[in-house]
Amino acid sequence: MNKQLKVAIVIPCYNEQDNVLKLYQEIQNTPFPDFYSVSPIFVNDCSNDSTRIILIDNHINFIDLPVNLGIGGAVQTGYKYAFINGFDVAVQMDGDGQHPPVELSKILRPIFDNEADVVIGSRYLTKEGFQSTSLRRAGINYFKWLNKKLVGVTIQDSTSGYRALNKKALELVSDYYPDEYPEPEAIILYSLNHLKIIEVPVSMRERQGGESSIKRFKTLYYMVKVTLSTLFLYISIKSMKHK
Amino acid sequence: MENVIPYRLQIVAITVALLFMFFIFRLISKGKLREEYSFVWFTCTALLVLFSIWRNGLDVIAKLLGVYYAPALVFMAAIFAIIIFLVHLSVVNSKQHEQIKKLAQELALLKNKLDDKSTQD
Repeated sequence: MNKQLKVAIVIPCYNEQDNVLKLYQEIQNTPFPDFYSVSPIFVNDCSNDSTRIILIDNHINFIDLPVNLGIGGAVQTGYKYAFINGFDVAVQMDGDGQHPPVELSKILRPIFDNEADVVIGSRYLTKEGFQSTSLRRAGINYFKWLNKKLVGVTIQDSTSGYRALNKKALELVSDYYPDEYPEPEAIILYSLNHLKIIEVPVSMRERQGGESSIKRFKTLYYMVKVTLSTLFLYISIKSMKHK
Repeated sequence: MENVIPYRLQIVAITVALLFMFFIFRLISKGKLREEYSFVWFTCTALLVLFSIWRNGLDVIAKLLGVYYAPALVFMAAIFAIIIFLVHLSVVNSKQHEQIKKLAQELALLKNKLDDKSTQD
């Protein structure tokens, strides 16, 4: 093995005071192979609980956003950080403890093997671990259909935030990344820019605290918003390419 | 439809329109309104002044367009202008949203870099 690869774990957190320290310690205590190094980078999206204090007190490397940008803006900040600082791979991991760090090597392997530019950890490829609610699954099936229609890729779990991006993908998302509910839309962005997406099975846990960014009464809004922004993104990228 | 509007009302209309124009001018000169937004307001006030001087103007245009009830033309034009302006404001708003996001991200990344430096020193 020539040089050690650098992996950034981007962890967006908004009011995750109960989870950040636990997650940080879990990452530190997880054994990783020697050929890559893992650096967690927390992105505090202007939390109004003590997330920030906890991060400072424990000397955890974090990016402190001065205003609340929402999940998309926060994740993009982390991706920008990874890109600027020359990381080879950036992995997005939710701050609420849904994504177990032990599954990291499964997500990273296709990138190290040059099989993919983007790897998505999916909980639906095998029926292991937490499988989420039926309402959410209906929504996910809808996005699966939409993705297939638009770009012809089948992603089982397009709302999964457990993803790895290589340098090529990082360059793309540093320039543009969707704002609100970015996960399904980002898939369109990647495939229209000819990035190779692979889905790997991972097991996820039920969230350990805090609130999901998708609340039940917002589900309909979520579906409509994602559909619209996906379609607009599709049209704008398509028309740009024709020029 | 000659002399439907009394002269007294016309004087009031001209005065109000001129005062409005003066107000817009003041806002720009004080730097409270950017020139690019002032254009639309100047056009509006210019139209106000024009139609308060040219008394039959509205009827002439209404007849030209085949509008039976001239005041309806005023409402239609006004509502149309308001909608256009609202869309324009939404565009401005979206642009600012993008700019603020970028600034916040840059600032946060710089803060992080600065913290790194100070812990190393």
